Amino acid sequence: MIDIGLLTFMVVIAIAVVRTRDLFAAAMLFAIYSLLSAALFAVLDAGDVALTEAAVGAGISTILILAVLALARRYEHPTGGHNLVALLVVLITGAALIYATLDLPEFGSADNPAQVHVGPYYIEQSYPDMGVPNMVAAVLASYRSIDTMGEAFVIFAAGLAVYALLGVRPRSGRFRRRREPEEEDAS
Amino acid sequence: MTVLGFFNYWVVIILMMIGLYCVIARGNMIKKIIGLNLFQTSVFILFISAGKVVGGSTPILREGVEVYSNPLPHVLILTAIVVGVAITAVGLALAVRIQEAYGTIEDDHLGDDGEDDGPFEEEQRG
Repeated sequence: MIDIGLLTFMVVIAIAVVRTRDLFAAAMLFAIYSLLSAALFAVLDAGDVALTEAAVGAGISTILILAVLALARRYEHPTGGHNLVALLVVLITGAALIYATLDLPEFGSADNPAQVHVGPYYIEQSYPDMGVPNMVAAVLASYRSIDTMGEAFVIFAAGLAVYALLGVRPRSGRFRRRREPEEEDAS
Repeated sequence: MTVLGFFNYWVVIILMMIGLYCVIARGNMIKKIIGLNLFQTSVFILFISAGKVVGGSTPILREGVEVYSNPLPHVLILTAIVVGVAITAVGLALAVRIQEAYGTIEDDHLGDDGEDDGPFEEEQRG
C-alpha cells in the first residue's frame, strides 16, 4: 500500500518537474522525487540503496544542479506548446514497453528467475565466506569487487573530465575573438 | 492481484517515459539533465522491484528472519547510483562550459549566431 502511494506521488512530481519553467523549482522538485524514491527503496527492502539514494541522489545531485543554476539563467526559455513528435515517440515507446511487461514475472514472488540464480548462493554463503552480516556489503566488496573497481575508474574518469572542462580557465575574451571572424564573413 | 503484480512495472515505465519526454522535448540543458536523472531513477526502481520478495526482509543477517530479498540487484544499483552522479556532474560541467562560451544553455539559441541576446554579442554590438 505504501508502495502504491509513493509511486503515485513520484509520477505527480515527475510531471511537475517536466512542466515547470522555473529551474530552481525543478531542482527542488527533483530532490523531493529522489527522497521519495529513497523511501520506496526502503519499503522494497533495499536499505543500503535507500541510504545511498538519499545522500547521493537527493543531496549531491541537487547541490550540483543548484551550483550550475547560480551561473545560468533561472527561467527556462518558453517554447510554444507541446512537442507533438516527442509526445508521439514517447507514447509509442511506452506502449511497447508496457506490452513487454506482460511477459515479466509477477512482482515479489519468491520463484522469479531473478531469485533462483545466484541470489540464494549469496544469501547462504556470504556469512560463512566473509563473516559480514550485511550481504550487500559482502557482495559489493568481495564477490563483485572487480565491478566496484570499475566503478572507481568511472568516477575517476568523470572527475578528470570535469576538471578538464572547468579546472583550466580560458583567458578572458578567447571565445569572443574566435567568433569575430565568422560574424564578419556572414555580414 | 494481477494488476497489483504489474503496478510497479507500469509506474516505472510511466516515469521512464516522462524522463524521456523531458530529454527530447525540453531545450534547456539543465532540464535535459534532470530528465536523464528521472529516467535513471525509474530504472533503479525496476531493478529493486525485481529483487523484492514479498514477506522478505532487508538482506542483513539476523536472528529469526528466514526470507531475505535478493541482495544482488541492490549491489548493482548502488554502483549505478554513484555512476549516475558522475554522469550528472560531467553533463553539468559541459553545460557550464557552453554557458561560458555562448552565453546560453538553450538548445534553440545556440545556432542563432548573433540574433540571440547573449552577453557576448551585446558587448560586441556596443
